[in-house]
Amino acid sequence: MTQDSPQVRSTGDGFPVLDIDGLGVRLPDGQAARPILDGVSLRVQPGETVGLVGESGSGKSVACRSVLGLLPAGARTSGTVRVAGRDVLTMNRTELAALRARQVAMVFQDPRAAVNPLRRVGDFVTEGLRASGMPAAAATTRAEALLDAVGIRDPRGALRRFPHQFSGGMLQRVVIAAALASEPALLVADEPTTALDVTTQAEIIAILTRLRAEQGTGLLFVTHDLELASAICDRVYVMYAGRIVETRGTDELFDRPRHPYTSGLLACTPRIEPGAPTPRPIPGRPVSLAEAPPGCAFAARCAHAQPRCSEETPVLARYGDGLTACHRADEGITL
Amino acid sequence: MTGTTKGLVVDGLRKRYGDHTAVDDVSFTLAPGSSLAVVGESGSGKTTTVRMLVGLERPDGGTVRLDGQDRSARPRNRSERLSRAREIQMVFQDPYLSLDPRVTVAGCVEEVLRLHTRLNADARRSRVAELLSQVGLGEREATALPRLLSGGQRQRVAIARALAVEPRILILDEAVAALDVSIQAQILDLLAAIRRDSGIGYLFVTHDLAVVRHIAEEVIVLKSGRLVEAGPTDRVLDAPEHPYTRLLLDSVPRRGWNPALAAPGRRALG
Amino acid sequence: MTTTATPAAGTPDTLRRRPGLRGLRVLGQGPMFSAAVVVLAALVLVAVLAPVLAPHDPESLDLSASLVGTTGDHFLGTDQSGRDVLSRLIHGARTGLFGPLLVVGVSTLLGTLLGVVAAWRGGWADTVLSRSMDLVFAIPGLLLAILLVAVVGSGMTAPVIAMAVAYTPYVGRLVRSIARQEKARPYIESYRVQGWSGWTICLRHLLPNIAPTVLAQSAMNFGYALMDLAALSFLGFGVQPPTADWGAMINEGQSALQQGAMLPALAPSACIVLAVVAFGIVGEGLADRIAKRER
Repeated sequence: MTQDSPQVRSTGDGFPVLDIDGLGVRLPDGQAARPILDGVSLRVQPGETVGLVGESGSGKSVACRSVLGLLPAGARTSGTVRVAGRDVLTMNRTELAALRARQVAMVFQDPRAAVNPLRRVGDFVTEGLRASGMPAAAATTRAEALLDAVGIRDPRGALRRFPHQFSGGMLQRVVIAAALASEPALLVADEPTTALDVTTQAEIIAILTRLRAEQGTGLLFVTHDLELASAICDRVYVMYAGRIVETRGTDELFDRPRHPYTSGLLACTPRIEPGAPTPRPIPGRPVSLAEAPPGCAFAARCAHAQPRCSEETPVLARYGDGLTACHRADEGITL
Repeated sequence: MTGTTKGLVVDGLRKRYGDHTAVDDVSFTLAPGSSLAVVGESGSGKTTTVRMLVGLERPDGGTVRLDGQDRSARPRNRSERLSRAREIQMVFQDPYLSLDPRVTVAGCVEEVLRLHTRLNADARRSRVAELLSQVGLGEREATALPRLLSGGQRQRVAIARALAVEPRILILDEAVAALDVSIQAQILDLLAAIRRDSGIGYLFVTHDLAVVRHIAEEVIVLKSGRLVEAGPTDRVLDAPEHPYTRLLLDSVPRRGWNPALAAPGRRALG
Repeated sequence: MTTTATPAAGTPDTLRRRPGLRGLRVLGQGPMFSAAVVVLAALVLVAVLAPVLAPHDPESLDLSASLVGTTGDHFLGTDQSGRDVLSRLIHGARTGLFGPLLVVGVSTLLGTLLGVVAAWRGGWADTVLSRSMDLVFAIPGLLLAILLVAVVGSGMTAPVIAMAVAYTPYVGRLVRSIARQEKARPYIESYRVQGWSGWTICLRHLLPNIAPTVLAQSAMNFGYALMDLAALSFLGFGVQPPTADWGAMINEGQSALQQGAMLPALAPSACIVLAVVAFGIVGEGLADRIAKRER
């Protein structure tokens, strides 16, 4: 289902590095195709940090992997995913390889799954550089500089070591170094710190945000952690059951959420500040698009739902500086 | 430490694996009906500590007493094993691995009652329904096998199963860490209600300081097997004394957070 | 960019496979699996109903009809002693299946017991049991059988005992390894925290959960045992003439080959291949199914 939805005027200007428009993904599952994403539209401007927040089943991981053309086997898509103006969904293998080598890099949750355990770290970091035609010696020098930049002591020695000789946090630094090696226009990070300890997370985030700012890379940061998104993102998209339900600038999203799901998420996230209110649960459990009933997928868990909510699927419309997909967003309900 | 202090008294607990000291001289007290958070990162020894409390690991040194009764040595017989089980129960982190895939939800609670109570079949059945409804599960879930349940539902089953024993203390080992945030709040809510109603004590093992604020009255902070700070939750979170506690707090993401601030603290600690 | 190898989850690699039969792994799904199950069912049926199905007495000699080719009366011809090959094949299915059944039954029971005890007790019990299994593992099964035949005398007994002993460590090591994994799972630990005895937990929860994997290994072992016992019979250490047995039939059929009669040796060979491959496919198929379910 492709629908043209109004886009957010974002802070950056000019050509977006990433422009997802009306992305729908369906999986073949026996006879009945199973929908995963429906009409997802998302933009990242050059140098912008954009958060994609959702719980399990929201489809956030599928959405962010589509940016590299990594879709589940047999998936059918609609809409477009443009990186620097070119549609990833129609690219062939060679074009995808070139895209991944030069324009988009990805950092996954589990660094151990992202690197080949049998190859030296040096091969992994220089791989992208060599693929884009850099001579071996220059690539090694650059790799050393990158490992130094992500805070790895003795970068020269590190290049000769194997992944198992690194801790999870150190390996994630290596993965980030490799991702930024070819100075991509866009970095996609899928829960890059979820598997790490909190102090390690702070370091990785510090490195990621510093390098991103230095290189002017656009960052799509996928996370389940609203507090983390609030700390580093300029703008946030909130996903629920395969659809974007709200997007706006971080401050407005957190101060004045217009979608009941966003405000519910904010209310149920435990906060550390003194005197923070007790987390208030949302009833029910998050559903995927395939399980979602007709109408608004959140209606069954929503305290403000009306009969209309379970009949008509709300579309994203402009409220304040962003978009919200809720029939009652204009009523000014205190959420 | 006198032998008659009320509640759980852990004194000088120690565990080594080869050359590595996983838990090194850890002592703390849990007053009856109160909630204590055990905070630390991976390798801090927090999980090893609580595993020693329930007998899944043998301590190499130190004592664990509940109301003055020592429980550090291996139980001598069946009745001692059962009476210890009635003192402390545990809920594990991974809801997908903590239930036997072949046993239904009701069966899983029922077998505990069979082991620990003298209820007849009818009484057991109604007690199972009662326990399941206490954790928010109905008839439909009762007959289901674990694989048909969501993570949150499974964790509710694990809680009901632990409560079936009517333990004095419930250990929650990262029990909400694997859950979606909206479900996590439901389970925290449920746990708070259970403690209000039953006066059970909680030992809440977690890496998440934001959760600690809402679930525990006291907190101890472990680092590399050693206890570095202990005190009332608000005092520890608002005015930490140990640099490591401060580092942990600086590392928690929130609005306006600057991750770079945590870095010097970490370097200072090595 | 970061598209590199992730280790693929597959069949439990703890299962023991013979190198020559690894190709069966791809056949373990779909129609081949069903076909293999049908073949095995048919084999069992033939073995049970042998006296009814066999057109002739498998042991009645008729030297005047030596090496008769395919005729209406002798569907697969006769051997050198004039015995009906088809009838001998049908009766051969009995010894062919019964021997491996004993071997697999005994080795599975014994191996499971040793493996679970080693995994559950850990410590010195584990060391002693594991080392003893390694010791037996190091002795070739066929050699053990031949030695035992020298002591006990030829016949089914010695090979079956020797094979059961030789197969036990294969099962024992597998069970020990998967039982250790299972023991560390929180659901088993939560039973320990509840205060159940080790025996109860093992019998009621641990064993049923590892049983499918053990069963898959046993199905594969069945094929291997069939092959090993046939080899012993072929060498003259196993089933003694005139009893019908596939391995012994190949031995007897050797000289017929030189006289140009293929069937007396080829027919039992084909039966052995068919049975071994069918057991292999079923074992691999079961293993794959288990791996999928666990994902």
